[in-house]
Amino acid sequence: MKWTHAVAFALLAVGLASCSKPKQVQPETTTQAPVDSGAQTSGLGNETGPATGATAGAMSAAQQQALAALQSRNIVYFEYDSSEIRADYVSVVAAHAAYLTKYPTARVRLEGHADERGSREYNIGLGERRAQTVRKALMLQGVAESQITTVSYGEERPAVEGSDEPAYAQNRRVEFAQVQ
Amino acid sequence: MTFQRARARPARIGLAPAFAWFFVLAGSLATSAHAQLRLDITQGVRDAVPIAVVPFGGQAEGGPNDVGSVVAADLQLSGRFTPLERRDLVARPTRGAQVRFEDWRLLKSDFLVIGSVAPEASGLAVEFELFNVRTGQQLLTQRLVTSERGLRAAAHRIADLIFERLTGIPGAFSTRVAYVAVDGRPPSQRYRLMIADADGYGPRVVTESSEPIMSPAWSPDGQNLAYVSFEGKASAIYVQRLATGDRRRVSARAGINGAPAWSPDGRKLALTLSRDGNLDLYVLDLATQGLTRLTSDSAIDTEPEWSRDGASVYFTSDRAGSAQVYRVGAGSGQEAQRLTFTNGYNARPRLSPDGESLALVTLDRGAYRIATYDLKTRNVHVLTDGRQDEAPSFAPNGATLIYATRAGAKGTLAMVSADGRFQQRLSSDTGDVREPVWSPFRPAER
Repeated sequence: MKWTHAVAFALLAVGLASCSKPKQVQPETTTQAPVDSGAQTSGLGNETGPATGATAGAMSAAQQQALAALQSRNIVYFEYDSSEIRADYVSVVAAHAAYLTKYPTARVRLEGHADERGSREYNIGLGERRAQTVRKALMLQGVAESQITTVSYGEERPAVEGSDEPAYAQNRRVEFAQVQ
Repeated sequence: MTFQRARARPARIGLAPAFAWFFVLAGSLATSAHAQLRLDITQGVRDAVPIAVVPFGGQAEGGPNDVGSVVAADLQLSGRFTPLERRDLVARPTRGAQVRFEDWRLLKSDFLVIGSVAPEASGLAVEFELFNVRTGQQLLTQRLVTSERGLRAAAHRIADLIFERLTGIPGAFSTRVAYVAVDGRPPSQRYRLMIADADGYGPRVVTESSEPIMSPAWSPDGQNLAYVSFEGKASAIYVQRLATGDRRRVSARAGINGAPAWSPDGRKLALTLSRDGNLDLYVLDLATQGLTRLTSDSAIDTEPEWSRDGASVYFTSDRAGSAQVYRVGAGSGQEAQRLTFTNGYNARPRLSPDGESLALVTLDRGAYRIATYDLKTRNVHVLTDGRQDEAPSFAPNGATLIYATRAGAKGTLAMVSADGRFQQRLSSDTGDVREPVWSPFRPAER
């Protein structure tokens, strides 16, 4: 785990609606994610201190910039019981595919999630299916299989609390976590 | 039959402390405001059988070791009995000769339990008697020898015996429940795998993590828990020995490692892996680490549960488009057979101890509820009326199921009798409680 990188990216993530690295985030700084499905608004990054690229190691300035640009578009949301990539998220996947093909040493971890309805292990399956859909879409756009890992959290790590459709819509998602 | 729920009467003050589930976590955890969890019965049952449990002689009333109040609380938790309030007890007999049955008939109590605790050479002797109030007949009497620390266990044993004498079903009050407790708000949550007595007393932490913990499963001998932990940033299955805390990571393959289920002989785990990027069922031999693949379908196959003879495995699959319950032979390459057809969603089958029915989560008129599926008649019987009920688990006597439900935004636990007639809702003050799993009987309890 490139821990320092992950920290740097978390700090860079000005538009990160739902942080996938909870250990690096003070609980006090967490906020409810927006209820409009799709757009991510500022949340954690601007409260956790100034961003710094000093820990980004050997990565070129251009790559750092490209990566920072992706951080505002790192979540794909899904319809209920569906793993199809909606038309409004095709460009999100394409942006990550472009980055990953341009920087073949870059890696991404796709984290699949489900809303809380239904049984938990079945929801692990739904989250996995969503992560796999995004993985296949990336590979179709030229990303190497070795650049991608997937994990499914099912309903275990909701982005937001709540038992209504706006909350569910925020929780049915795949997050792109850059690991390098 | 229509089941009518009644609010617990506020006048039940005399026994209220005994009916409360107190979860006080040990050590440093106790300093956290989220760590203390208290569950109370919020909804009782109307047609439960009235029974009077007199405070046992030789004991101060109140406190965790009050035998009479533990017995009464157990009987109340079963849903089948309504213990009289202590302040309504007209007398305090501790031996049969002191009982005036007309007193208890006036209170409309069908049964009477009396007893005493007395020191003796090797510890404490607990004696009790159970009477039919109408006939005056003594139905049961027994003497147990224990220690001060063993008083609650003795009280649960007494409740087991009384329950069996009056219902014909062995009591399951001496068993335990494992569950997952979650504190904090997303994305910073704390996950704890807990076990407690079946009445919620004496909780302790089995393991904890800032990453999700899920799917606890008791080994058939009750000595180990298998569970899924994401502590390594990916799912892995662990088996932990409760007596020592020793644990072993038994499956950490690439992709998903989920839904462990012990074979009846305790030698194998059925589990879910995603070796091809999709979930299928496998059987892991715990001694040899050998893997047998049970399903290979492009659908989600998960939530295995063994048949009683270990020859087949029930599971959830959405191979027909929606989640439904199937059965497949426990060898490799067997054809799966679909079992459920009603409702658009049936998942997470759990076998009843008699092997004749499955508890499952069903989508009932837009809500996720607990149902039983009769393996012979194929009838689905919806037991609960929540919106998001899940994770049913049978008590080892088959009489009651514990499951997870939601109270507002919080996850909490509830119990329902296997026929759906009696429901007990439990509410918690703090935290999120989920995935309750009832332990098997301890070997000595059979």
